[in-house]
Amino acid sequence: MLEVKDLHVTVEGNEILKGLSMTINAGEVHAIMGPNGSGKSTLSAVIAGKEEYEVTSGSITYEGRDVLEMAVEERAQAGLLLGFQYPVEIPGVKNIYLLKAALNAKREAEGLGEIPAPEFMKLIKEKIAEMKMDASFLQRSVNEGFSGGEKKRNEILQMLVLQPRLAMLDEIDSGLDIDAMKVVADGVNSLRSEEHAILLVTHYQRLLDYIVPDRVHVLVDGRIVKSGDADLARELESRGYDWVLEESAA
Amino acid sequence: MASQEMEQLVRRDYKEGFVTDIESETLPPGLDEDVIAFISNKKGEPEWMLEWRLKAYRAWLKMTTPSWAHLDYPPIDYQSISYFSAPKRPEDRPQSLDEVDPKLLETYEKLGIPLHERAALAGVAVDAVFDSVSVTTTFKEKLGEAGVIFCSISEAVQEYPELVKQYLGSVVPQTDNYFAALNSAVFTDGSFVFVPKGVTCPMELSTYFRINAENTGQFERTLIICEEGAQVSYLEGCTAPMRDENQLHAAVVELVALDDAYIKYSTVQNWYPGDEDGKGGIYNFVTKRGDCRGDRSRISWTQVETGSAITWKYPSCMLRGKDSKGEFYSVAVTNGRQQADTGTKMVHIGEGSRSSIISKGISAGRSNQSYRGLVKVGPRAKGARNFTQCDSLLIGDQCGAHTFPYQEIGNSTATVEHEATTSKIGEDQLFYCQSRGISEEDAVSMIVNGFCKDVFQELPMEFAVEAEALLSVTLEGSVG
Repeated sequence: MLEVKDLHVTVEGNEILKGLSMTINAGEVHAIMGPNGSGKSTLSAVIAGKEEYEVTSGSITYEGRDVLEMAVEERAQAGLLLGFQYPVEIPGVKNIYLLKAALNAKREAEGLGEIPAPEFMKLIKEKIAEMKMDASFLQRSVNEGFSGGEKKRNEILQMLVLQPRLAMLDEIDSGLDIDAMKVVADGVNSLRSEEHAILLVTHYQRLLDYIVPDRVHVLVDGRIVKSGDADLARELESRGYDWVLEESAA
Repeated sequence: MASQEMEQLVRRDYKEGFVTDIESETLPPGLDEDVIAFISNKKGEPEWMLEWRLKAYRAWLKMTTPSWAHLDYPPIDYQSISYFSAPKRPEDRPQSLDEVDPKLLETYEKLGIPLHERAALAGVAVDAVFDSVSVTTTFKEKLGEAGVIFCSISEAVQEYPELVKQYLGSVVPQTDNYFAALNSAVFTDGSFVFVPKGVTCPMELSTYFRINAENTGQFERTLIICEEGAQVSYLEGCTAPMRDENQLHAAVVELVALDDAYIKYSTVQNWYPGDEDGKGGIYNFVTKRGDCRGDRSRISWTQVETGSAITWKYPSCMLRGKDSKGEFYSVAVTNGRQQADTGTKMVHIGEGSRSSIISKGISAGRSNQSYRGLVKVGPRAKGARNFTQCDSLLIGDQCGAHTFPYQEIGNSTATVEHEATTSKIGEDQLFYCQSRGISEEDAVSMIVNGFCKDVFQELPMEFAVEAEALLSVTLEGSVG
């Protein structure tokens, strides 16, 4: 589904990713872990198309298409969705309005018409219940005055409504208490299927107890230095990152 | 623009000089007492009206153009302007939509303006397209039953001279300011509304019904009076782009609200802003003032300003009545090379008077925008309250936003609050929306509409929908 080849990315002249390669297939859940400043968030941001990141070499291919040639909104319409670590506030724009606009943009790209209002309301009701959110959230301005946990739930709500083929979730666990984490994890797990893939970016192993990944990658200084299965995450939790660093330096 | 070019612009239609054809009499450029006498005579005005105009003219001669506004434009040559021209004859107008600039039609399409209205707005000889007379007649009958007078100011001078004499200039005196004095001397058109005691006007009044019948004037004069307990909602302008050969516009609007009366005045202005270099755009110098003369009276100004090259406009409220209330809700959008200096004045005179101001300024391109607001509380205005919120949104990094709040508080029991913010339309907000599949243009319009929501919800429903569409069109191509 997604293939990243020898990706080099610079931000304001500093090279953050230094030759990163990975392949994600449909149905898989990948987790990217690594110490602070290793470039974890950069990868998902580049795939989503954030402007400040300059790809100096390498390629990203999604379902046979050159992602780097696609506009930000085209990527989203094609099924690549980024869940933000720090979702922004948009005063005056109702949450439900953003959801509808996003869903209709995707439908339009797929050659479908606008979603009929009753169908949309039914869908939203269902998803908001899944995320254990109150219906009043829909009428509030996007993320305005939301607590950290509410913002993260809202990101997952958008994901459930848009049903991306590849969801990239950047530190979706940060700032969550254990109950909120369970709700978020349930939401993410409900997307798991043969057709969907998920890329989790996380600093802590904790989240991976709830969303068990198929593959875990350790990112250090802009490169993947070690990959493994869910056991690797647990090993990192108990031993820290130093042994991986030593191993990769050797 | 050089004054020479402007001269050419205003002269364009009048180069043939003095035409004596009864159908289309047009004065050559220039202003003196004879010109004013000509206008007054043309309108069949009584002697007192001519005297009133001349008093304004003589005062105007001794006045100078205000220079305090944050605006930059070359001096205007008032002798190069023609002060009277009859409406275009039907045969001089486009005969069908096929003859209208396709770009203009494209904009109407985007704004969702109904087909028959497009023709009227584009200046197509209306009778060739649809019969507007019947619409206007039904409309007038309904108002007549309620006792509401709605007609042109010229008609009012003829038909209701006592009312005009009593109220004209009672809110904005002839000598109030440079542009108001000029308007008082030469005004040729505008609306007159009178709602008698206890009557709630049965429909929203709109200049639209008048524009179909005659051209809008360059110097419009509007007078709205609500007697005790009366109510009216008045809509001025429309969202469609208005082109006009006249570059200088100096309108005066006077509102009078007696005890318990309520006047809601909504404006959507989308005049030609000029080309990319700002050339050819309309100069809009307006004096709008409401007089809350009666106790518990209320006047509410709502404006959406997107057009004109230069806007100089401060709809104000004189809160004279006890417990009277003044409101100002404004969205001003500037793009390209537009300049706007706009805001409001709330003058608290009556005890317990209240006012609220919500101003949203959006600057894009290389435009410049200023909010200028005065809150004045007099010594007798015990317990007066004002709340001001003034937010600016910048799109891009070549535009400017400025805020000039003035407060003159002459009373220790007054409560005055002022909040102001300036923010840049966030790259982060844009990226967030786009990463949800929403195009950049839709994202900008979504964010801007969110920013303006507090004001849009004050607009009559139909206007609000149009205003949202208008904002998107105005800001098209302002990002990226």
